[in-house]
Amino acid sequence: MAAVEQDTAVRTGGLTRIFIYGILLIFMLFYMMPLFVMVANSLKPLPEITGGNMMALPQVWTLEPWRQAWSAAQIGVEPTGLKPYFLNSILMVVPAVLISTILGALNGYVLTKWSFRGDKIIFGLLLFSCFIPFQIVLIPMATVLGKIGLAGSIPGLVLVHVVYGIGFSTLYFRNYYSSFPTELVRAAMIDGAGFFRIFWRIMLPVSGPIIVVTVIWQFTNIWNDFLFGASFGGQSQPMTVALNNLVQSSTGVKEYNVHFAGAILAALPTLIVYIVAGRFFVRGLMAGSVKG
Amino acid sequence: MAHSAPSVDFRTRLQEWIPKLVLSPSLAAMLIFVYGFIAFTIYLSFTDSKMLPSYDWVGFENFAKLWNLSAWWVAVVNLMIFASLYIIICTVIGLTLAILLDQKIRGEGVLRPIYLYPMALSFIVTGTAWKWIMDPGIGIENSMHLWGWTSFQFNWIKDRDMAIYTVVIAAVWQTSGFVMAMFLAGLRGIDNEILKAAQIDGASNFSLYRRIVIPLLRPAFLSAFVILAHLAVKSYDLIIALTGGGPGRATELPATFMYSYTFTRNSMGIGAASAVIMLMTIAAIMTPYLYAELKEKS
Repeated sequence: MAAVEQDTAVRTGGLTRIFIYGILLIFMLFYMMPLFVMVANSLKPLPEITGGNMMALPQVWTLEPWRQAWSAAQIGVEPTGLKPYFLNSILMVVPAVLISTILGALNGYVLTKWSFRGDKIIFGLLLFSCFIPFQIVLIPMATVLGKIGLAGSIPGLVLVHVVYGIGFSTLYFRNYYSSFPTELVRAAMIDGAGFFRIFWRIMLPVSGPIIVVTVIWQFTNIWNDFLFGASFGGQSQPMTVALNNLVQSSTGVKEYNVHFAGAILAALPTLIVYIVAGRFFVRGLMAGSVKG
Repeated sequence: MAHSAPSVDFRTRLQEWIPKLVLSPSLAAMLIFVYGFIAFTIYLSFTDSKMLPSYDWVGFENFAKLWNLSAWWVAVVNLMIFASLYIIICTVIGLTLAILLDQKIRGEGVLRPIYLYPMALSFIVTGTAWKWIMDPGIGIENSMHLWGWTSFQFNWIKDRDMAIYTVVIAAVWQTSGFVMAMFLAGLRGIDNEILKAAQIDGASNFSLYRRIVIPLLRPAFLSAFVILAHLAVKSYDLIIALTGGGPGRATELPATFMYSYTFTRNSMGIGAASAVIMLMTIAAIMTPYLYAELKEKS
């Protein structure tokens, strides 16, 4: 988006401009408020929340809620904190992102440079599969994962995320490769280069941006997934499911400060990616909506 | 012809097959895990499956039962309220922010990422944050009281009639920045010459936007609608984290209905039927859009 910045022809006067900045600032506060609340209250002792103002900064600053959320809070029946679930999420996300991105790159390459009869139909089917409500596959997936012995395991979750991630990763690579000159691929073919050599030597070297976009998109989606984790996580629940268990637990005092610290921990990986590579994140979002 | 060089012939034929071989694992996965599973769920919706899949055909009985369940009607009505408000408010906020940001705003580079960051968060995180922010005991209501506005009331999340609107608030917070980004991209793609010509003709800023700019944003409106509508139908995580479907079942949506009927109430046949209706809704929204997009490209 940054690349297309340009001036509008519309001119606005002094009073209008104050009004415009006012509205923009109000919305900035609206978007920032929950993050502020989470951070500020995760650094307070509990009585300051239950007996004080949520919108205020801490009077006594403490990291104890963070320690609690990370390694001591009761998740389900075990007082393990979120740490083991954070590790589950990482063990699930890394292979799932790698595999779905590699498959997406190969698929996109085949669908654009080695087109054959029926490839449009295959792409159409893949495209539609990106948008299905996952409720439609939950029951058979539970049955199949049970049958092949992957229910409640990290490999099972990796399989699920790869299978339902291929659609988007293929979509990204296909759209990117379709603007790459096919003549270059033809020329390489005439020179005797094979399928994999062309991919490795010609396509991959120019794929940097789209690899980043795809990796970020898949990482964000898979890290943030709740439905599959809750349905098939079993003993290997990811971070989102653990956070929900922490917050919804009905026993004992509600430790709001620990909940907020846990929520930030669950949000941190994707937030960091957004801060470091926001440009690519936005590009992925747009490519997933407006396929141009 | 092939007698002299059988190995070369084999190699070229292999080359022809490699692309299809490379594509085939993904194709097989898609046909089994997406379309095969869809077919299986559709089949289950016509059986008397309870806790486990059963293969006894009962025709449309599950669909008839489903539309007679008050819980399903609650979910469907909630979805209509939620989806329409969510789509309208996100579009209005997104368009407004995009137009305002497009006025040579100083600090646009700071504002844009702030409007958009909620999109990077999980709905579970969003739900957790807003659950406590809107909690009358410790959240906004309490803050307002402490700041001296003692008659201020905001207990929607505990109120059966109002709870669904708290879901709208949290969902709008999460996605409206994204809609802003879509409209902003559309605005930046409009040719300035058109606007300048209209200005020379004496058009005011307001009529410039109403007559020229907004009509030119049609594709962005369409994309925003399709994306928001399909997100609304799929909404599950946010409900679970924010309200758990409550108070009572005041904020149940089809997605939460499907899950509880299938996995906790042992009515898999009815759960499958509700999933089929969700799929049909999404298909009705997405198929024309995807078809048009694909046609346009080729």
